[in-house]
Order: sequence, then structure tokens, then C-alpha cells
Amino acid sequence: MNAMITLWQSAVTFGTVIMFGALGEILTEKSGNLNLGTPGIMYLGSITSLIAAFLYENAVAEPVAWVGVLLSLLAGLLASTLGGLIYAFLTITLRANQNVTGLTLTIFGSGVANFFGGSLSNLAGGVGQISVATTSSGYRATTALANLGAVGKMFFSYGFLAYVAVILAILMSLFLNRTRQGLNLRAVGESPATADATGINVTWYKYLATCGGAAITGLGGVFYNMNYIRGSWSTDGTIEGLGWLALALVIFASWKSLNAIWGSYLFGILYWMYLYIGGLTRYSQELFKMLPYVVTIIVLVFTSMRKKKENLGPAALGLSYFREER
Amino acid sequence: MAKETKSGKAPLIRIARREDMPRWKGWVIRLIAILLALIVDGLIIFAVVHLNPVAVYETMFEGAFGTARRSWVTIRDCCLLLCISIGLAPAFKMKFWNLGAEGQILVGGIATAACMIYLGDKMPSWLLLIVMAVASLLAGAIWGLIPAAAKFRWDTNESLFTLMLNYVAIQLTSYAVARWENPVGSNTVGIINQSTQAGWFPKLFGQTYGLNVLLAVLLTVGMFAYLNYTKHGYEIAVVGESHNTARYAGINLSKVYLRTMMISGAICGFAGFIAVGGYGHTIATSTAGGRGFTAIIVAWLSKFNTFVMVLISLLLAFLDNGASQIASQYNLNTYASQIMEGVILFFILGSEFFINYRLIFRGKEKEEHTA
Repeated sequence: MNAMITLWQSAVTFGTVIMFGALGEILTEKSGNLNLGTPGIMYLGSITSLIAAFLYENAVAEPVAWVGVLLSLLAGLLASTLGGLIYAFLTITLRANQNVTGLTLTIFGSGVANFFGGSLSNLAGGVGQISVATTSSGYRATTALANLGAVGKMFFSYGFLAYVAVILAILMSLFLNRTRQGLNLRAVGESPATADATGINVTWYKYLATCGGAAITGLGGVFYNMNYIRGSWSTDGTIEGLGWLALALVIFASWKSLNAIWGSYLFGILYWMYLYIGGLTRYSQELFKMLPYVVTIIVLVFTSMRKKKENLGPAALGLSYFREER
Repeated sequence: MAKETKSGKAPLIRIARREDMPRWKGWVIRLIAILLALIVDGLIIFAVVHLNPVAVYETMFEGAFGTARRSWVTIRDCCLLLCISIGLAPAFKMKFWNLGAEGQILVGGIATAACMIYLGDKMPSWLLLIVMAVASLLAGAIWGLIPAAAKFRWDTNESLFTLMLNYVAIQLTSYAVARWENPVGSNTVGIINQSTQAGWFPKLFGQTYGLNVLLAVLLTVGMFAYLNYTKHGYEIAVVGESHNTARYAGINLSKVYLRTMMISGAICGFAGFIAVGGYGHTIATSTAGGRGFTAIIVAWLSKFNTFVMVLISLLLAFLDNGASQIASQYNLNTYASQIMEGVILFFILGSEFFINYRLIFRGKEKEEHTA
């Protein structure tokens, strides 16, 4: 029982990272932009929140947790939005190829994050191991409810961002399906020319969705840094793998944000399950870690076999829109 | 855009497609973009290490081409990136988004390493090399065929499928590494056949990386000819332009799909053979090291012209090794090269716009009309 609860807890922490990533990407893709820069944006959000917290904690004698949280959150959101803006400017205004631009953003984000993550200590004058314990503890603070035995552990033992993710998923579903703006956004993703003809400002919608999506994705990076690895840095590329998994989750959830909630936790369980299955050798564990990706592939193939329209992505996904070109 | 009709004015800037730009002019624009990017990169480095940007590039040049050894490392890296880009070219020309090069390199690498480990002492070196090459080609081809088959059978989205296969391949590599770990507990395979050097590329023309260069040159010329002067290449171009045209012309779509992706995957797998047999002599998840993704950009930016790929690969290899030099001299880490790479690629991507479209300003348009 205890093992189950620990598995669930790690699954939720893991899942929250990719849920943010997937939610951001769902919003972006609804506007017809396939942003393969998700890992890069997560990198950007992650490193800037770390730098902000690090500078703050080094600057004052007695850092206060909530100030650190606020500053790092703002920095992370700003940087990831900027990352989204680069992508948006190149693909929407300059009509560059979306796949290539996204991959470039991933390379760029990974470079920025690993460069500063690895050099931060040196640049700040050799302070040794980077750690922002105070800020991280602010992110991981729980309420008294966490002490309610098993229930408390399972549902109330996470930092506030884990709940933000779930609320965002619900809000996004309401926004996309129940509001005029949501309908407009979906129209832009399905058929930009039609949307344009009805007077929707396609460029504006694409920009907003892409930058907003990037900000949400960036939160995944912040959560990864502050909650998942508890306010430190390692250049092992884990976050990049999580970024691609977030893209996989978008498909798995068939572009529905509510599905992303349980999908992300399921991915978390699949990812960590190998620790809880007895009798695995070290190498068969590695095969087990394939599961989330294999499951995504199976889902991808199945949805394409069934060809149910609502399970497929937006029709104009991945295509640049140029009004004069029809 | 109701506002505009009300005011009765033309928008300040209008965008129109242009088809008439001569090719050399396009390359001039790209070159300007690269120069601009290098300036921005210099400024970034200046901001971090407070080093004169000119000195930065001198240091980088020193790092990439300063000694014969360093030059060869740069050339070797360039060749590997080039091979992968060449592998991707036919797939992209067909508008098949093969984002799975990373995985195809790794499965090719695993196959190569397996041959080196299990067959290293069972056959002469030349035969072993051939077996390794064939194994890597096969492994890559299979890895490329899987998403292609799903694409033509059920129209499964290939960019997402190939992307996921990368991670399956990465886990396969981790599995192989854990399996072949040497010494036990190190979590690396170590240098394979260190004492016998079985399966290592032999020296060619007295150069350690001579064979790497030769293979890259052969692939460059071969792929250029394949894409431009053969029936297959023509079919790929037609399928890439329009499926309907291809069907109308009696081209068997599924056959072209499968064949092209098999070739694409096989060459990427072959790059794994070069990476393992040609210089790493080991297998790790870092054997591909993101090159599969970088190569996608190289292939796309060069418009599938393999000779242009040589230049872009060389530029990126230069950045990579040059930035390592800066990193070691200033006690920073080597990821600086990825930042520079990203900036350069952003600029080249942006420059495409000015090649494909022209901006018409409000005032200027009148002049054009009267003229």
C-alpha cells in the first residue's frame, strides 16, 4: 500500500511537468501551430526561474520563500513567453517552416539552459553547487491537509503548481469549448482561410495562442526545476525527454486538455513503474522506461486507423497561413 | 481588416510572393543572415565573458582549425553531420517529415557495436567492417520503414511517430549499454576491442579519419546524383510536390514511400556505423548526441542540395569545436555552441522570408505603378 502511494506521488510530480507542457502545446496547436520547441521552452522556463531565485537568494541575507517563488515564477513565464514569441515571429510573420523552427528553438533553449546552468556557479564567482533551497521549499510547501494519512499524501502533498496545472486544464477545456474566443481559435486551427473570411484576426489569434501556450509550457520547466529536482541543476537532458513526452501526451490526449490530466498521471505511473516491479534486472528496467513512448505510438496508430475526426489534431496543423495564397 | 476599408488606405506594408529572385541573390541574402547571426553571437559571448568579439572568433578558429589534429576533429564531426543530413534529404524532398534520425543513428550504432562485440574475434577485419556496415544499414532501414508503413497504410502522422521512435531507440541503447557494460558497474560500454582494434576504421591515405571523409564524399556525390538524375529521384520530387499529380502520373505512392524511407533510415543507420566504428568505438545514448535533430535543419536549409549541406555542416562543426575552445579557455561549458547554433539557424530561417516574399511599402507602391 505504501509503495502504491509513493508510486502515485512520483507519478503526479512527474505528470505535472508534462501536463504543463502538453497544455501549452494543446493551446498552441489549436491555432494550427505545431511547436516542436516544447523541450526548448521548458528549458528556458526552468533555467530562468533558477537564475532568478539564485540571484535573489544570493543578494539578500535572509531570503523569503514567497518572494523567491514570485520572482522565479515571473522570470520563468517571461522567458518562456519570449521563446514562444521567437517561434511565433518566425513561423507566423516570416512564415518559416514550423518543424524546423521548433527544433531550432529546442536546440537554442537547451543551449541557453545548459550553458547557464553549467556556468552559473563560475559566472557568479565560484559559489559551488547551485541550490535555491528556500525558493524551492516555497514551491513545495503544502497545507495541513497533507498530514491526513493516505488521503493527505495522495491528494494534498504537492506544491501549489500541481493544482494550478489541473485547474488550468479545466479552464482551458471551458475556454476552447464554451467561449466565442475558443471557437474562433479552433476555427483558426482548422481552416485559417475560412476564419479569416469571417473576420477573425488569424495572425493575432495565432500569436496569442502560441505565446500563451509557451508560457504554460514554461511553467512545466519551472515545476521541473523547483519541485521535481528541488531547486538545483543537472545537465543530463532529462527535461528534454520530458518535453518530447509532453508532445506525446498531446496526441495521447487527442488534443483535449481534460484527457491530459489523467493521461499525464498515467504516463507518470508508466514511467516509474519499473521501480515497483520485482525481479527486474538493471537492463530490463531500461526497456520498461520505453513504455510511455510505445503507448503513445500505439495510440497514434490506433487513432489514425479509426479516423475519427474529433480524435485527430486540427486540420491545418503545421501549415503556415498566407492570405494571398489560396 | 474592416478598419482598413473604412479609412480607404492601403496597409503600410504589403507582402507579396516572389518567384523571380535569381538563385545567387538568394544565397547572398542567406550569407548576410549568417553574418548578422555571427555578430549577434559575438555580442552574446561578449556579454558573458567580456571578450572582444573579434578575439572570440579568433579563439574559435584556433579551436576548430588551430592544429592539424583539431582540423581533423572538425572535419570528422562535419562528415558525420553531413551523412545524417544526406540520409534525411530524400525523405524531406518527398515531404515526409522524418524526425527520427536520432533513433535511426542509434539503432545503426547498436547493430554496429553488437557486431564488434560478438564477431570481433571471429573474422578478418575487412569482412567484419562489411558485416558491421550491412548490419547498420539494415537496422536503420527497419527503423525507417516502421513509420513509413504506418503512414501509407493508415496515414499516421509521421513526424510524431518518428519522434517517439527516437526515445524507444534511446531506451534500447540504454538497455544495450547496461547489457554490455564494461567494466561492470561503470554504466558505459567502454572502448570496444581496444586491444585488437577489430572493427575500427583502418587508416586511409595515412589519416585516421580518411575513411570517414571518403564515405562522406561518396554519399554526397551519390545522393546528389540519385536525387537529380535518376527516375527514383524524379518520383520523389513529384510525390513531394503533390500526391495527386503523382497518382495521375501513375507513380505507385506506397512503393515510393517505403523505398525512400528505407533509404533514408538506412543512411542514418550507416551514420551510426561511422560514429561507432569510425571514431567513438563505443556506444552510448550520446552517440547520436542531438545530431539527428541538427541534421534535420541542415537538410532543410540546404534545400536538399548535398553540396550546400557540406558547407552548413562545416559551419556547425566549426561552431561546435570553436565553442569548446572558448569553453575550456574561460572555464565555461560547451553548450555555448548550441546557443550560437540556435541563433544562426533562427537568422537563416528568417532570411528565407526575404527570399520568398517581398515587402511593398505604401509609398513605394505608387512609384511602382507610375513607373
